[in-house]
Amino acid sequence: MELLKRAFPLTIPVMAAYIFLGVTYGLLAETMGFSIWYPLLMAMFVYSGSVEFLALGMLVAAFNPMMAALVALMVCARHLFYGISMLDVYKGAGWRKFFLIFGMSDETFAINYSHRDEPYGVMLWVTFLDWLYWLTGACLGYAFGSILHVDIRGLEFVLTAMFTSIFMDQLMKEKNRVPALIGIIPTAVCLALVGNRYFILPSMLCILLLLTLMRKRWEK
Amino acid sequence: MSITERIVTISILALATFSTRVIPFLIFAPGKPTPSYIKYLGKVLPLAVFGMLVVYCLKDVEWIHGSHGVPELLGIAATALIHLFSRQMILSTAGGTLFYMILIH
Repeated sequence: MELLKRAFPLTIPVMAAYIFLGVTYGLLAETMGFSIWYPLLMAMFVYSGSVEFLALGMLVAAFNPMMAALVALMVCARHLFYGISMLDVYKGAGWRKFFLIFGMSDETFAINYSHRDEPYGVMLWVTFLDWLYWLTGACLGYAFGSILHVDIRGLEFVLTAMFTSIFMDQLMKEKNRVPALIGIIPTAVCLALVGNRYFILPSMLCILLLLTLMRKRWEK
Repeated sequence: MSITERIVTISILALATFSTRVIPFLIFAPGKPTPSYIKYLGKVLPLAVFGMLVVYCLKDVEWIHGSHGVPELLGIAATALIHLFSRQMILSTAGGTLFYMILIH
């Protein structure tokens, strides 16, 4: 309970965002004519918002398992970077490790990385709560989405704001701030050049390349 | 799509998503010594990743039409400023979101 009390406040922004986005997802599934099991089971086991939104489209199209795998791998490629960043953090997590890795969404990774000095119990609660918010949002959206007409336009910005404040937080703690620019500039350039569908893989490659080039200088 | 095909599709999506999360942990298992290059990446990558994520959030912004991304950029600036002075993540996140919502309504 002590651990839950410490974990909960960290997840409040994610609660707002996941319930809001989960509602949109559940509502979309409902208007597309799916039974509630589809959004619910996908929220539980796929647990990646962007993949799930795309999945709704795939499920009404022709069966193409290779394409499905390829799309999911491409959309989720950025998670590889989270795993590399978390290797040390999750090293001693023991039985909790499976769920910590399974539930490593963008938001959960961001919170747990910036609170990596907390005990594993807190990180596990953060991971579980975030997961639960997403499921809850999806079910709420499915059941009540069409009656809810509250004007909460712009609430999705809570994710951008959360990433910005975590970014600032880490920036203020680090002595070497250049990696921040290596993250921002190539991504922005690739987004502008390649467009918003395929920019993340080239961005990741540029980031890796630049970080590798800087290794001799930074690793002393 | 038949129900079996749907189940297969969903299972593939779940497996592919999970594999992107678990692969680094499988390759660099705690028993073996992690290569120094990966250790180095583990140190410098996070800050770059957070920078990447902030830009990633802007991927659906319409830069040419509509509001040209002005509310988004102002919202990010407001969040960063509040964080610079308060150093409270919850305050900067809530403040930045509220500021953005006021801007677009």
